Amino acid sequence: MFLKNDIDKSIDAARVRGRIAQSQLRDRLFSVAGLVVMAVASFVLLALLLQLAYDGIGRVSWKFFTSYPSRFPSQAGILSAWIGTVLVMFLTALTAIPLGIGAAIYLEEYAPKNWLTDLIEINITNLAGVPSIVYGLMALGLLVYEFHLGQSFLTAGLTLAMLILPMVIIATREALRAVPPQILEASFALGATKWQTIRDHVVPYSMGGILTGIILSLSRAVGETAPLLTVGALSFIAFLPNPPLTSEFPFISIQWLFDPFTVMPIQMFNWVSRPQEEFHINAAAAGVILMLMTLAMNALAITVRARFRRRIHW
Amino acid sequence: MNAEAVLKKTDALRVSSRFLINVKEKAIEALLLFAALTSVAITVGIVGILVYESFGFFRHISLLDFLTDTQWTPLFSDPHYGILPLVSGTVVTTAVALLVAVPMGSLIAIYLSEYASRGVREIIKPALELLSAVPTVVYGYFALLFVTPALQKLWPELPSFNMLSAGLVIGIMIVPYVSSVSEDAMRAVPVHLREGAFALGATRMQTALRVVFPSALSGITAAYVLGISRAIGETMVVAIAAGMQPTLTWNPLEPAATMTAYIVQVSLGDLPHGSVGYQTIFATGLTLLLMTLVFNIAGHVLKKRYRQVY
Repeated sequence: MFLKNDIDKSIDAARVRGRIAQSQLRDRLFSVAGLVVMAVASFVLLALLLQLAYDGIGRVSWKFFTSYPSRFPSQAGILSAWIGTVLVMFLTALTAIPLGIGAAIYLEEYAPKNWLTDLIEINITNLAGVPSIVYGLMALGLLVYEFHLGQSFLTAGLTLAMLILPMVIIATREALRAVPPQILEASFALGATKWQTIRDHVVPYSMGGILTGIILSLSRAVGETAPLLTVGALSFIAFLPNPPLTSEFPFISIQWLFDPFTVMPIQMFNWVSRPQEEFHINAAAAGVILMLMTLAMNALAITVRARFRRRIHW
Repeated sequence: MNAEAVLKKTDALRVSSRFLINVKEKAIEALLLFAALTSVAITVGIVGILVYESFGFFRHISLLDFLTDTQWTPLFSDPHYGILPLVSGTVVTTAVALLVAVPMGSLIAIYLSEYASRGVREIIKPALELLSAVPTVVYGYFALLFVTPALQKLWPELPSFNMLSAGLVIGIMIVPYVSSVSEDAMRAVPVHLREGAFALGATRMQTALRVVFPSALSGITAAYVLGISRAIGETMVVAIAAGMQPTLTWNPLEPAATMTAYIVQVSLGDLPHGSVGYQTIFATGLTLLLMTLVFNIAGHVLKKRYRQVY
């Protein structure tokens, strides 16, 4: 009687042990699957970068930066495109940064709990999910045709500014929220007004997060193509906009705001959508430069975040 | 007497300077409110212009034709305005993208939240973010000149524009998006649920799949839904790699235009402002906006729900 029970038990134990071994094996396989998937994702990224570099790096030269686009692929360059990107980004930053930070400060520090605040909040979350090409349609209908700004640098800069505004607001709010409330209370206790507290304490302490968010949003804007295509970017611009600085009084000219524009991703799209293979090589070269721009901005954002994180200890 | 006068004077000064400070504070608050309201103005602008131009479009074409006609040929001499071919292109590329992004994104999220050590996470997350930092036009280049040729080695008859490679690349593109939202959802599951499972002898996989995953399901669904909305709105990859011909087909091996690709195609041409052709892109844009809006709202509702459970 006892004997039989013991045998049963040992069989059971063996079975249980087998089952444990099996589920442990499955567990390990599962974790390997996770690693494999991540390896696949990294492989794709790597393949993309290598393919781009392999195709395009041979075309990147000083002349590529200083030439206008051309019918002849070997003479074509990105002069008007990179200058366009710099100017459009300048306008985008000029518009989106103050508006974005202002809106974020209002929502985080001032906004009372009422329907207007709720409306603004819901609105920002939804705006962040609107496809970028829809912003382009809006800019085409409103900025180009209703406000008569034309297919110009000004329109392009404003379009991208509207596109990244929700991103800037969301990132800035997150940074502002990280400042502990004790800091605010201490400042109020010393008699500072609300604005003084925000200007002298909250914003400086959350600068790292705010800057990171702004840089990442701008890096998104640098690569945006679709909304600018819709607005009417030209892909063949063989001249530069009017210079923003002049030799005569008042030394600053705004004529360039109304000039036709092109930017790096538009130039790349134009080249990639042509059938000739030589233009594909130009596209790859433009892609290399574009990737370097975005990677540089991302690296900058990471450094800024790390630096500010190290400096501040609550 | 004299001292009293001085006191009175400083009192008056103090009152007036406080008044000035108050005015300044109010003015700043008003400015900041103005900044916050610009975001509402943008929405009003988007909805307003899309509805306005679509209204002009629907005066010429009935809504029924728009929704049921199986041809989209607005620029032909015999114009048809059925949105279905464009919708089918969008649905097919989005479906292919999801077939890539959902399994990959979920596995990565489970790995990062349940298996990976802190150090591993710190390395992998920025690398994944890099995937979403690549400009979409570069992804388009990659789809057309790397993925399609690679696929053509497997299927020699695959056309050089096809929805499959565009969808695959969009899928890779939204993986970081899906994985980060689902990872957040899974990390919000309280540790004691995991500890309960471990105490019963469950492995990490059993815990992840049978305890954490179901508990975080609404958040994970939110990740999928937001991913769908991303894939629907994606433009450059499909415009470059999937072709520009509106075709009513459900076969990913064929070329077909999506709604976004059509808008790009029209923008590249030179349609006169106010023509029906010009209005078609706004009608298409409105359809696109409504589709993404439905998914976005569903996503945010689901996301809110998982926050409330614990």
